[in-house]
Amino acid sequence: MTLQQTTERAAAEPRTPGRDPAPLLPDRRPARVLGTPAADAVDPALLRELHRHLVVGRRFNEQATALTRQGRLAVYPSSRGQEACQVAAALALRPRDWLFPTYRDTLAVVARGVDPVETLTLLRGDWHTGYDPVEHRVAPLCTPLATHLPHAVGLAHAARLSGDDLVALALTGDGGTSEGDFHEALTFAGVTRAPVVFLVQNNGYAISVPLAKQTAAPTLAHKGVGYGVPGVQVDGNDVVAVHGVLSTAVEKARSGGGPTLVEALTYRLDAHTNADDAARYRSDDEVERWRAEDPVTRMETHLRAAGLLDEETGRQALAAAETMAADLRRRVAEEPAVDPMELFAHVYATPTAQLGEQRARLAAELRAEAGSR
Amino acid sequence: MTSSGTTMAEALNTALRHALRDDPAVHVMGEDVGTLGGVFRITDGLAAEFGDARCADTPLAESGILGTAVGMAMYGLRPVVEMQFDAFAYPAFEQLVSHVAKMRNRTRGRLPLPLTIRVPYGGGIGGVEHHSDSSEGYYLHTPGLHVVTPATVGDAYGLLRRAIASDDPVVFLEPKRRYWTKEDWSPDGPAAPVPPIGRAVLRRPGTDAVLITYGPSLPVCLEAADAAREEGLDVGVLDLRSLVPFDDETVCAAVRATGRAVVVHEASGFGGAGAEIAARVGERCFHHLEAPVRRVTGLDVPYPAPLLERHHLPGVDRVLDAVRDLQWPSATRARHGGEPYAVGA
Repeated sequence: MTLQQTTERAAAEPRTPGRDPAPLLPDRRPARVLGTPAADAVDPALLRELHRHLVVGRRFNEQATALTRQGRLAVYPSSRGQEACQVAAALALRPRDWLFPTYRDTLAVVARGVDPVETLTLLRGDWHTGYDPVEHRVAPLCTPLATHLPHAVGLAHAARLSGDDLVALALTGDGGTSEGDFHEALTFAGVTRAPVVFLVQNNGYAISVPLAKQTAAPTLAHKGVGYGVPGVQVDGNDVVAVHGVLSTAVEKARSGGGPTLVEALTYRLDAHTNADDAARYRSDDEVERWRAEDPVTRMETHLRAAGLLDEETGRQALAAAETMAADLRRRVAEEPAVDPMELFAHVYATPTAQLGEQRARLAAELRAEAGSR
Repeated sequence: MTSSGTTMAEALNTALRHALRDDPAVHVMGEDVGTLGGVFRITDGLAAEFGDARCADTPLAESGILGTAVGMAMYGLRPVVEMQFDAFAYPAFEQLVSHVAKMRNRTRGRLPLPLTIRVPYGGGIGGVEHHSDSSEGYYLHTPGLHVVTPATVGDAYGLLRRAIASDDPVVFLEPKRRYWTKEDWSPDGPAAPVPPIGRAVLRRPGTDAVLITYGPSLPVCLEAADAAREEGLDVGVLDLRSLVPFDDETVCAAVRATGRAVVVHEASGFGGAGAEIAARVGERCFHHLEAPVRRVTGLDVPYPAPLLERHHLPGVDRVLDAVRDLQWPSATRARHGGEPYAVGA
């Protein structure tokens, strides 16, 4: 090595943050609770609550998919098989925290307490966001992949600047981690140390493209190290583990510990949407293998073994699911009330003169239409 | 104008300072806006005065800057984002189009985004590639955004204050070649009140024709109007100030009063702001027009290298040629010694 090279290297050293990457790396094996001794230490009330949400959530997925077949929903991106991630994400948050979902995360939104019909307006077609995001602290369902991740960082950062201890939890998928906004969101989160948690639901496919064609990263959780954000991997079909990992990350963020990237390993049992044909890109054998890892069944197996799932508890969970499904069927079957005049109402705080003209024209068209009936 | 006047850069800096002073929700953010004060020094001294949380240097990632600002606005802050140059704002385009412009609408008004996106734009500074774009066309075609551009020092201050106070997202296009132009203006002076966003202002009255323009082309049009005066034509100059909302009322009044109009802007002509303006004038003022509305714009070429940009940018001569081309009656031609003007392109 020449003297010059030595000097250059020395001069460059202070520029690196000098952090030890080891604590940022995920453990060799994904975190699990079900089937391990740790499961016995979990509060039975929490287990029962998680279970009830799983049962209702599974029914929600099945009912929403059925509604697409009846033409009541234009499309439904199902999270069947991913209910553990959905339920745990909603339940790891406090009421003042914010959830940033994607289009596949309707169940997380419902589990947070948003009305199922309001949650589904995007897919029913009456308005893009049917629920009040401010009241529920749930951002709109985001369709352009990963573009909502910087929003979660910004909201969390703003809260921290304002002395507010809320946390933002942002959901994305394995495909989403290839998007530029994933990179930019984690860059900003690392630098600002915003109280934000990213949950990557790695279901193995971005529509049809398997993870092997998506990334060469050791795991998606490893991606965090490049941003100074710790990565954690969790068994995504173990609702207790996902809930535990997310709760820890959320409370760490709340107490000033900065962001966490969580990768949950899970599987989408249904096709991408009702319009997709999953048989074109994955085998029945593979689906069957994951069916054996069904998050609802795994939870029930544990509860039974632990003596926490008597007949009455199981019956109550199923009854709650049926009530939800019946209500959803009945209300979605009603013709949604849409008001064409609302097209102009929310474009700007005050509609422009041009929008005023267009509104008047549409109103005249509607009058003519009504007159000719 | 005096040498002791105020530059547009200083006026913008003062507007940001006053906004930060008056409203704790205002947060300035972008690349190099902190310690350096911005590559054009528009944020000079703000980090020192208000702290690096209120005037924050960000990572070099425009989508991340704007996306983070969206989240901050969702929380209730009032971010003012600086995009370093026109063409460097494009990585943030998806955030702008898919989220900034739509958030209020898709949430039925529950999540308005009071966001200002400052973009130095336009050419004429001898900038190398990707430093001279006129990008207003991309923005004005996106419902949900306001698109504002000042042409004077007083408007730079007044419109930026109004943009920051607006509850709608505003793309605030700063004509960078006007940054160092001085005018007699002081924020404390008895300046005429700045009209709101959405109102055009007649910078120069004229009875024979009107030049409709904005931002960096205003001085070109004023100079062309002076030159036309020497040819016996009384040409007015209308400064749009805001492309969205668009002031049809003032534009049409100016056109009806003269019957002849030329639209002037730096951006390429095809599918640009001038096309929209000419169409609107045609639809609304057809029976008042003595000649088709002419457009004088940048060429339909990618922004040229610095040594060629003068051939691209609309200059005084091209504007004058267009004015001469407005199908003047022979009586008017006679005023110019019977020299006939060419009709048609």
